[in-house]
Amino acid sequence: MTVLTLDHLSIAVPAVLCGLVIALPLAVVAHRVRMLRGVILGVSNVLFTIPSLAFFVLLLPVTGLTRSTAITGLTIYTLVVLIRNTVEGLDSVPADAREASLAMGSRPLRTLLTVELPLALPVIMAGVRVATVMTISLVSVASYIGYGGLGQLFTDGFQRSYTTPVIAGVLLTLLLAVLADGLLVTVQYLCTPWTRHRTTAARTKRTGAVPRTKPEEV
Amino acid sequence: MLQLLADLARWLTGPAQWQGPEGIAVRLLEHLEYSLLATLAGAALALPLGLLIGHTRRFAFLAINLAGFGRALPTVGLVTLVFLAGGLSMWPVYVALIALAVPVIVTNTYAGMTAVDPDVTDAARGVGMTGPQVLFKVELPLALPLVMTGLRLAMIQVVSTATIAAYVSFGGLGRYIFDGLAQRDLVQVLGGAVLVALVAVLLDLAMAGLQRSLFRNRPADAR
Repeated sequence: MTVLTLDHLSIAVPAVLCGLVIALPLAVVAHRVRMLRGVILGVSNVLFTIPSLAFFVLLLPVTGLTRSTAITGLTIYTLVVLIRNTVEGLDSVPADAREASLAMGSRPLRTLLTVELPLALPVIMAGVRVATVMTISLVSVASYIGYGGLGQLFTDGFQRSYTTPVIAGVLLTLLLAVLADGLLVTVQYLCTPWTRHRTTAARTKRTGAVPRTKPEEV
Repeated sequence: MLQLLADLARWLTGPAQWQGPEGIAVRLLEHLEYSLLATLAGAALALPLGLLIGHTRRFAFLAINLAGFGRALPTVGLVTLVFLAGGLSMWPVYVALIALAVPVIVTNTYAGMTAVDPDVTDAARGVGMTGPQVLFKVELPLALPLVMTGLRLAMIQVVSTATIAAYVSFGGLGRYIFDGLAQRDLVQVLGGAVLVALVAVLLDLAMAGLQRSLFRNRPADAR
């Protein structure tokens, strides 16, 4: 069981990390170059519509019956969520912040790394969370090609007509997804101390606005 | 590699391949039948739920958490489980596919409803519309684009996942993938995969076209 869980993670974690490594530069390009934005988002969207099982199978002649087949397929799946959220996050950065940084003499790359990306982090992390939960659930599909982590429990239970491993597999996958999600929330909380203050401020503002006073009532 | 592609092309275009009860045409129709039925059933369950949650703003946590749960639930495990519990029937497939479709539709319907400007619904109430009137004449039309996005996402996921029907010995395009894997016939596996991918991409494009023509008269910001 421990082996299968570790196996599961050894497919899911590299997939999300590779996805991030590929998605971040692409998202920056999509954010800066308007013409390429449609192309990048469109291509990642089409790739996402391809069924996961079909994807693993289509990769077989290229990567062979190895663990990298599963990782490659899942990486491509994470791209659509990661790219879209990173672009949205970068879009949400106030132009003032970027311009202030540039005016203070930072080069564009430095501005990107120290101002834009950190400010976009909450939205990017939302994407990472979705991608992680989705990937953890999808790893089990790779059990058809022999690398499914906890998904092996499904094939095992199916072949032996025995429900216990299947239930265990489903529950463990759900548990793993919840734990990973919680971990990411914590990481985000620790990495973006400035949002904590702002969320409380926004919350009080929002509750303050609940009995919406219309002009004619004032 | 080239040889493989040539074999694949021959497999996909061979006339014998398209005829008979094992042929591509039959499998294609089976696949569409499973997918469309499951999506419709999913929509029939999820749309009222999403509308109700969006309209009353109650149980919003349900709509939000359902999405995460739906994403985390391994479909393969679900099919296997229902199959082992319920025996050989189409039930496991439909249960799993509907379980896949419902969260996406509920969440998107709810998101669409909450995106409606509260001033608009207040105005509708102000001119004397009843609750159902506000829902069907104001909120639903305004939320429709996001509702459609939810239906599209659900449809694509269901089409992709309908391959598992073959896992519990039913038809559909997944048949080629599973049979091919069992027989170590890579060309057949690839053929099945290409067909499923094509169906998914084409259906998504068709739904996008439908969506565009439905909302053609809308101002750009409502899309």
